[in-house]
Amino acid sequence: MSAVKDEILEKYNARVYKNRKEHVITVGEGNPDVVKANTRAIPGIITQRGCCFAGCKGVVLGPIKDAVVLVHGPIGCAFYTWGTRRHKAYADVRDGERADCYLEYCFSTDMQESDIVFGGEKKLRQAITEVVQIFNPTAIFICSTCPVGLIGDDVQAIARWGEEEFKIKCIGFSCEGYKGVSQSAGHHIANNQLIRHIIGTGDREPKEKYSINLLGEYNIGGDGWEVEKLLKRCGIEVVSVFTGASSYRDIKNAHLADLNLVQCHRSINYVADMMKDKYGIDWIKVNFIGTNSCKESLRAIGEYFGDEELKAIIEAVIIDEMSNVAEEILYLRCKLKGKTAALYVGGSRSHHYQNLLSEFGISTVLAGYEFAHRDDYEGRKVIPDIKPDADSKNIESITVEPDPKFYKVRLTEEQRSALFEKGIMLNEYHGMIKDMEEGSVICDDLNHFETEEFLRILKPDIFFSGIKDKFVAQKNGMLSRQLHSYDYSGPYAGFDGAIRFGKDVLLGLSTPAWSYIRAPWKNTPCLEGTLGGEE
Amino acid sequence: MLSYTTKEVSDRKALTINPAKTCQPVGAMYAALGVHNCLPHSHGSQGCCAFHRMFLTRHFKEPAMASSSSFTEGASVFGGGSNVKTAVKNIFELYDPEMIAVHTTCLSETIGDDLNALIQDMTIPEGKYVVHCNTPSYKGSHIDGFTNMVSGFINYLAQKSDSDNGKICLMPGFVNPGDMREYKRLMNYMKVEYTMLPDSSGVMDAPMTGKFEMYPKGGTTVEEIKSLGSCTLTLALGLKTSEPSAEVLKKKCGVPYKALPLPMGIEATDQFIMALQDISKEEIPYGLEEERGQLVDIMIDIHPYTYGKKAAIYGDPDTVLGIAAFALELGMIPKYMVTGTPGAAFEERANELLSKFGVEDCVAKEAGDLFLMHQWIKNESVDLLIGGTHGKHIARAQDIPIIRMGFPIIDRYIHSYLPLVGYKGAVRMAELIANALMDYQDNHCEEKDVEVVM
Repeated sequence: MSAVKDEILEKYNARVYKNRKEHVITVGEGNPDVVKANTRAIPGIITQRGCCFAGCKGVVLGPIKDAVVLVHGPIGCAFYTWGTRRHKAYADVRDGERADCYLEYCFSTDMQESDIVFGGEKKLRQAITEVVQIFNPTAIFICSTCPVGLIGDDVQAIARWGEEEFKIKCIGFSCEGYKGVSQSAGHHIANNQLIRHIIGTGDREPKEKYSINLLGEYNIGGDGWEVEKLLKRCGIEVVSVFTGASSYRDIKNAHLADLNLVQCHRSINYVADMMKDKYGIDWIKVNFIGTNSCKESLRAIGEYFGDEELKAIIEAVIIDEMSNVAEEILYLRCKLKGKTAALYVGGSRSHHYQNLLSEFGISTVLAGYEFAHRDDYEGRKVIPDIKPDADSKNIESITVEPDPKFYKVRLTEEQRSALFEKGIMLNEYHGMIKDMEEGSVICDDLNHFETEEFLRILKPDIFFSGIKDKFVAQKNGMLSRQLHSYDYSGPYAGFDGAIRFGKDVLLGLSTPAWSYIRAPWKNTPCLEGTLGGEE
Repeated sequence: MLSYTTKEVSDRKALTINPAKTCQPVGAMYAALGVHNCLPHSHGSQGCCAFHRMFLTRHFKEPAMASSSSFTEGASVFGGGSNVKTAVKNIFELYDPEMIAVHTTCLSETIGDDLNALIQDMTIPEGKYVVHCNTPSYKGSHIDGFTNMVSGFINYLAQKSDSDNGKICLMPGFVNPGDMREYKRLMNYMKVEYTMLPDSSGVMDAPMTGKFEMYPKGGTTVEEIKSLGSCTLTLALGLKTSEPSAEVLKKKCGVPYKALPLPMGIEATDQFIMALQDISKEEIPYGLEEERGQLVDIMIDIHPYTYGKKAAIYGDPDTVLGIAAFALELGMIPKYMVTGTPGAAFEERANELLSKFGVEDCVAKEAGDLFLMHQWIKNESVDLLIGGTHGKHIARAQDIPIIRMGFPIIDRYIHSYLPLVGYKGAVRMAELIANALMDYQDNHCEEKDVEVVM
């Protein structure tokens, strides 16, 4: 398989080759396997990556329904993140407290040339005033775009002003697009502000015996609702979700939960870590994509709380859920077995979906992350070895102290080691490589050139990726489904979601249209006649 | 649905809510995709390029290939010169386009990168081209970005010439490949030789062949752009979008121009056809007269369903005006005409249209947004919404039928393959409008009133 890597990379010039060779590995060839990640994309290479703003506003803040997310900048950044990510939500009331839903709206200061020249602070203040006058929201999040940082508008000071002036939560996010090397920087910036300004400010005590926060679940296509439904069936209270269909109302109470479940490790691990330090809340890495992963995740929760009654409920729920889907999984497996897939998604799905694909007998020949760090590939054990570079140093990393009022040690050392014995890893993520077959390829920050080459050589049956490269594969006659936005389908999480996913893959492979790509006359001679000399 | 939109309209000085425009660079990217063998390049943060590719891909359901200078914080402080130079080198080596069309972003504009100087400083391989245009996102809209990129191509490439190649230069406006194909069909019909710049047909509606082509067959060629200076005349379609570029070609190469509204609806198409006849001096072929006659026939057939119906039309200035003109021809009332793109001429032209048809009590707004339009609708409703995807929430909130025309349409398929321009395009608009209104009647009338004949 390393022959494949060499065949592709050798077409690069020396500088590009030197850079890219460390981002592409064949699993099992290293000792251990190391994937270079979270470094600058090469200009002109046609990376699929986005920017810091996309990670902050688009990913982490966008789904928070009751906050008006006001984009301070020219119009585009607000426009492109208006409903395009499919994080669903609706307004609701919880314990008498309402959370509005502003997701159908797009708010921008629409900076003009004069604002760039003379500064945009005045306009931002005025825009906040107008938001309050029209909507009177409980929270306003201000997100900075590239020019804001360059001209020096002090978004943080204006947020403080807004908070005092209007007595509402007002938070500034300095997530200018040029910061960091991908969306990842924006996740971190958003995480920092959530822990600084929101988590720990509420006092709504959980009602159930066991409560959790669901971290790194953005409710794309309704995934988060499926997971919540499952947890509720088990009698587990979801205090807050970070951040799918979630709210400022709920997130401020997150510190009162018993346990954090981390789904997308990349985008939210900072919150998980800081909540561990500040409130003593442990986190476990979960995955609700695929029935086996669902079972494993639910059982881990049961083990964490160590309550036999809870464990029994969980087993009953698993049996019931499986009874609804087992037959269909068999059917889909029989249709899909032996197919191969390539996955190139953000920071967790390339891993999560491999588990689900394997349930259908689909093997993964290539996987890569768009904005991961080394720990997402190799596991958190490598974090101490990651050397900060000029780009990562610019992204603030904050440390928190134990909260005098709310810090609580959740488990004794004995309980921890007992969990460890059972294979339940606390505050740990083992990364994607561990679950990949030897000889398969990992490619970090897969660019257009490499996409075309890998697909040409590895010929997977399905390419799971995003909107920008979907049609590249499709034009080549290869099924491609978006795993960022689920190709407008979903939910894919949970037991029913697994079936829905399998069916979507099957319908994609089965649609008759594929058989018409070659016109019939391309296969038949266009001239009729007899050969000279024939009798 | 949009339940926080107040009926009371308050004066907003700083806040845009639910915009009816986006930023310049995406328009420039689309224009550059309409040039053959050309890779658009975004000089800014990666996110700009990613967002624009995402949006164009969602609208056309086609790959929108483009590259980025991938600015980091360092580049934002020290300038993006080395980024763009590295990018250009890598692009030519890896992706081998004939031309790279650079557009700027709010980031590179704010720090003041001088693309003219940077490009002069580059080593560009023999026979290859790097051109650029300035597209500061904090000015104008995607429409201006499209215009600026077209002008950029002319600035760099069009050559002044004493000879006349007998062709016209057609500037299509910000329209879909389906429209571009219709222009070409009409010009061929009228025996007018042309170069169309840009031409996204064959690129953003490329056929399924089983093989991805980074540079599909379509698009204006570099050679064609070079010889624009030898054209007899420029026909600039869409006064807002195309006239400034026609002016550039006139200044640079002395090619005179005629600017017309987008040929949408009957009169504007008549104007276009007669402008073509002016050039060809040929009789209008019967086939076209037949198309026109069919259109009029249809307009008369459906008038009981369209006459007096009010529409709210939103989107890009030339497109909104084109749809509004046809709506007026159908006897409809374009109650609200909203564009996010700034430019006072929009309101003037809308009011000219209204007074020509003697229709009153309509509002046209430049630099408006969909929140404002929704508020107006809450105060006085309409029968139909016409525009891009982002009106769908209003349609649902107010229970008003919506038909999708213009840019962006990211929640429907096929629209970009079919024209809105020309007589054929007007027939299509008529069908969409009549069907929407009649479906609404079928779905909303009392059961006893459901009819099989309409």
